[in-house]
Amino acid sequence: MGVIGSSIKRREDPALITGRGRYTDDLSLPGMLHAVIVRSPHAHARIVSIDAAAARAAEGVVAVYDGRDLVPGGEIKGVPTGWLLPDLKVPVHPLLAVDRVRYVGDGVAVVVAESRYAARDAADLVEVEYEPLPAVVDPAKATADGAPRIHDEAPENVAFDWQLGDREKTDAAFAAATKVARLKLRNNRLIPHAVEPRACLADYDPTSGELTLRMTSQNPHVHRLLMHLASMGLPEHKMRIIAPEVGGGFGSKIHHYPDEAITAWCAINLKRPVKWTATRSEANLTDAHGRDHATTAELALDDGGRILGLRVETYAAMGAYLSTFAASVPTYLYGTLLSGQYDIPAIHVHVYGVFTNTTPVDAYRGAGRPEATFVVERLMDAAAEVCGLDPAAIRRRNFVPPEKFPYPTQVALEYDSGNYEPALDKALELAGYDALREAQKAARDDPKKPLIGIGLSSYIEACGLAPSQVVGALGAQAGLWESAKIRVQPSGSVTVYTGSSAHGQGHHTTFAQIVADKLGIDPEQVEVVHGDTEKVQFGMGTYGSRSAAVGGSAIATATDKVVAKARKIAAHLLEAAEEDVVFDPAADGGPAFHVRGVPDKRQGWGDVVLQAYLAHNYPDDLEPGLEETSFYNPSNFVYPFGTHVAVVEIDRETGEVRLARYVAVDDCGNQINPMIVAGQVHGGIAQGVGQALWEQAVYDDSGQLVTGTLLDYAVPRAHNLPSFETDHTVTPCPHNPLGVKGIGEAGTIASPAAVVNAVVDALKPYGVNHLDMPITPEKVWRAIHLKGAL
Amino acid sequence: MAVQIRVEVNGTTYEREVEPRLLLVHWLRDELGLTGTNVGCETSLCGACTVLVDGRAVKSCTQLAVQADGSSITTIEGLQQNGELHPLQQAFWDQHGLQCGYCTPGMILAAADLLAQNPRPSEAEIRAALKGNVCRCTGYHNIVKAVRQAAEQMGGG
Ligand code: FES
Ligand code: FES
Repeated sequence: MGVIGSSIKRREDPALITGRGRYTDDLSLPGMLHAVIVRSPHAHARIVSIDAAAARAAEGVVAVYDGRDLVPGGEIKGVPTGWLLPDLKVPVHPLLAVDRVRYVGDGVAVVVAESRYAARDAADLVEVEYEPLPAVVDPAKATADGAPRIHDEAPENVAFDWQLGDREKTDAAFAAATKVARLKLRNNRLIPHAVEPRACLADYDPTSGELTLRMTSQNPHVHRLLMHLASMGLPEHKMRIIAPEVGGGFGSKIHHYPDEAITAWCAINLKRPVKWTATRSEANLTDAHGRDHATTAELALDDGGRILGLRVETYAAMGAYLSTFAASVPTYLYGTLLSGQYDIPAIHVHVYGVFTNTTPVDAYRGAGRPEATFVVERLMDAAAEVCGLDPAAIRRRNFVPPEKFPYPTQVALEYDSGNYEPALDKALELAGYDALREAQKAARDDPKKPLIGIGLSSYIEACGLAPSQVVGALGAQAGLWESAKIRVQPSGSVTVYTGSSAHGQGHHTTFAQIVADKLGIDPEQVEVVHGDTEKVQFGMGTYGSRSAAVGGSAIATATDKVVAKARKIAAHLLEAAEEDVVFDPAADGGPAFHVRGVPDKRQGWGDVVLQAYLAHNYPDDLEPGLEETSFYNPSNFVYPFGTHVAVVEIDRETGEVRLARYVAVDDCGNQINPMIVAGQVHGGIAQGVGQALWEQAVYDDSGQLVTGTLLDYAVPRAHNLPSFETDHTVTPCPHNPLGVKGIGEAGTIASPAAVVNAVVDALKPYGVNHLDMPITPEKVWRAIHLKGAL
Repeated sequence: MAVQIRVEVNGTTYEREVEPRLLLVHWLRDELGLTGTNVGCETSLCGACTVLVDGRAVKSCTQLAVQADGSSITTIEGLQQNGELHPLQQAFWDQHGLQCGYCTPGMILAAADLLAQNPRPSEAEIRAALKGNVCRCTGYHNIVKAVRQAAEQMGGG
């Protein structure tokens, strides 16, 4: 086996297991000040006055600024949105609120002081007088007559009204249907909850005019671009953004929030370094939330359980402002995935993006695709019930068959490859499906036993978020290629500069594997550099499961260019025609070029590399040096898929759901490092199970987030979960050089539906056909004991 | 009104004046520069700040520095012996028990407490012992495997 495909241990770990990893808040600079942001306690209010006199007078306080101070010229510089849709309403999102606050947590003022504690104390002394206004928190209610208006730019609170698919064809399918499955679904609002809260450290050099901003970022170059364009106005070459170690992101560290720009603004104004670190409750109030859909979905079928059409209507909460990629999530990352793994002849989806007086909503692990999978996979179970079929049988009956690829869906995508039945078979076999059904039957008949439920989820995702032309046509304000530079040093060691900035994904390891495999060298000879706009040429960052498929492909392509140049040098040294020289990374005695068919006529890789820098014995028409760059722009998304099986046990007395087993069979194409792939699956499953059973950002009617701390926002803990059973099939991506797809989000995409299907399956004897997430013991208890009185 | 404290941290004794309200975690991080101990919440519920105080796992965000007076503390920086990784550190590495690494120092020290109390924990006991420590990346699967490996290596098994 080559270096690609082997589970080598992570090179990032020695620092992290000994406490030597440096996260943003670990860093300090001489003369550093600390910022604390004063936030609105009201969901919707007019700011009557701000009195900062007492705060300014407090010991250690250097400055206090409010929204007007940040806009001295009167022009409000706001946080930009990075994805536009036709007729999208884009309200101004000022760095600090001016005149009006629109959600609990909206920034109102910033206090800068000599120490953390002094800043925190003084923040309490800033007196803000508010005139509360009526608030609306439910996306389905925000569009009703008489609902409070959040932005003058969007009188009906509708940010966008978006459709995809063919309505008439879909209506005709429903008219022809003999069976219809219908569900009303609420996709619960989630808090990403990376364990490291957001933080930044801004440092401005007034002589050079350069700003260095160290921050918790998944995409430093994108942050630099957005800050240059909108919030900061500094030239890009005068802004350096560094992402040190980043303690998880899950989407929440993609976006451009006001806080980092406010901190940078303070550093520029005060000419001293300023650090800002969110508290956990601040992070929970201000990190972009995920999901929050209210959906009605219907599936039209014939008597044999074959799908004829799908109709979906969704109200998607945007929160109080449009976050960076907010508009893309419930549209192009959601509507386009509604065909699932199935051959569906007619689909229509209608989505309303709705402002509410809540934290802005944006991409959270999976971003749109978990919501789509939830709709499709819940409907498949409902359809199985309506048609009297086993859930596995109805899926099998409707899968896009292998011979139909590339398969154009009714919702704008072309699935490049897929082979769905083997993954389903493998998952069922691993789970022991038939035996489970037997056990379920036996348990049903024995009131002393917990109820058993088995839930399937056959998911697909479009990820490797990419083709620039495609996303550009759909509204992205950026290209979604990725860049890589490969520098081969004269000694033969290699430095890889990648735009894919990691925060736990193991890029130092997997990216080194790609290069080592291609060049036939030891991975220890390869260093990976990321997360610094000054070191790395450019980059689009890490999200949408794109690092291996797009970032990795850029690295593979740049490495190929290096080999191509080295081959010219080798041909010169071998006095052979270039086309007669081949590179064998696995040659006996080390990687070498040789004349085709004459393995003895060889030049070792190291000699060729050295000659690239000596250029003593060298082709006339070739520049010295060995360093190549690739900006890799894929031709399509990648389409990982798989089937997951959840097995739950339900306590009839308490309604408690225990996840007894979880089986995941995923197909992410070729695997670079199977250990890391499995780790991504595990983490994703845990987050999705969290959504299904425990997690929910709950707002009361006045707009207070009542689950703002770990006391009431229940992230999964070790004792809540079993060990997972994972396996895979391999259907390589046909259009990228590594044949890889993506795996970072699969678990989160598949598992909510698997778990809910399992619970509903268990409760079938009680006439339950749906329960909303999170499925708390109370909901289950009511379903069992009050039969339908929910 | 600073208070004098005397605390041994990773084998070195520090005598310092601290503000009475200073949290132990901030003393370790900001004054001793031991930034391996992380902060993930302010409600004592995430465990990222876990250190060993006199051998027992303590959430250092929940203690004042003055309360540590007279005690002996081990942070993640002090877990290696003679330059060798502690079996738990080794096991977390071997089993891919970390991704972003932010929860890891606290997780390892909580596990060290467990193994000191119970050298042969079952999977259920490991999971129960770590329930005060949140990991958002790994789904705990490989963390459990890592603790099992360390238990075996340390002679419990
Ligand atoms: S930081 Fe101490 S428990 Fe969260
Ligand atoms: S490894 Fe990231 S939180 Fe545990």
